[in-house]
Amino acid sequence: MSKFVFCVVCEGKVEVSNELLEGEIITCPDCGSELEVISLDPLTVAEAPEVQEDWGE
Amino acid sequence: MAKVFMFYSRLRSEEKMIIEAARVRQIPLEAMIVSNMVWPNDICQKRDVALCRCIGHRQNLALALTLEAKGVTTINPSKVMEICSDKIATSSKLSIAGIPQPDYAVAFSLEGALKCVEKMGYPVVLKPPVGSWGRLLAKVNDRDALEAIVEHKLHLGSQHSAIYIQKYVDKKGFDIRATIIGDCPASAIRRCSDHWITNTARGGEAQNYPLTNDLKNLLIDVQRAIGGKMLAVDVFETDNGFLVNEVNGQPEFRSSHGEITGVDIAGKIVEMAWTLAQKGDEDDF
Repeated sequence: MSKFVFCVVCEGKVEVSNELLEGEIITCPDCGSELEVISLDPLTVAEAPEVQEDWGE
Repeated sequence: MAKVFMFYSRLRSEEKMIIEAARVRQIPLEAMIVSNMVWPNDICQKRDVALCRCIGHRQNLALALTLEAKGVTTINPSKVMEICSDKIATSSKLSIAGIPQPDYAVAFSLEGALKCVEKMGYPVVLKPPVGSWGRLLAKVNDRDALEAIVEHKLHLGSQHSAIYIQKYVDKKGFDIRATIIGDCPASAIRRCSDHWITNTARGGEAQNYPLTNDLKNLLIDVQRAIGGKMLAVDVFETDNGFLVNEVNGQPEFRSSHGEITGVDIAGKIVEMAWTLAQKGDEDDF
């Protein structure tokens, strides 16, 4: 059975994989916001941060 | 027994591939997110091997430094991260080693930038010394544009106070992204785009590119100059031979992995890390 979490931006229901890991980015199907998984127990998401100046390769 | 770790801040495709590659090979890999941990800590012991995979250069460098202080082997070492995360440092190392690269200059003022480009000739490319994914690159075709961009840069704070200027190279619609894992060139792709910025993060299309002996020899020279066990080297193919454009020390490799090149980059990474960990154990005896 799949899990779900509520979007922190629009409160839409976001279904997530059972194999989710911390740090993963998921997208809310309702509003398109990118959400970062910050905890698995309890399952918690936060709005993913904007790209920062030193991000990348 | 030495262990292999992977520390990350955001789980990108690459980190997922590494986790899966370790699972398939039954290589014990502990993947941990760095955000809620205190550094340094006792999670890793001397001779363990850590893949440092934070998405931000500053965090990745801090991670490597705290791990190295505990005797952990980091991929890459902090000294390699410092070189690769700063284009001025990278160009300087390539110059010392005599490795061909586009003409470059560094300026600290508008007057200095104008003098550099008068000598070099238009067009040029201005790049932030620290930056990635093609962000804030500016192709400058004339003096008016140079004056405007340099004035803006000098208002962006100290990160932009050293202006890195590179001679624009007509790369005929593609550049080469080659990946080095361990001590060997592992793969090469051609990144094609109608735009002068060909990064796959900016929509460049990836195709396989042959790892010829000439290209391999160049990559080996780059690795000798920079160090490190995992590098992605961006190369221009010109009528006068290859030019090394950039060297990335915390590479993303989703476009170089699998179907396009037939190379399992993630598998090579975990095998290399596991070999280093086992070597660490042997060195104890």
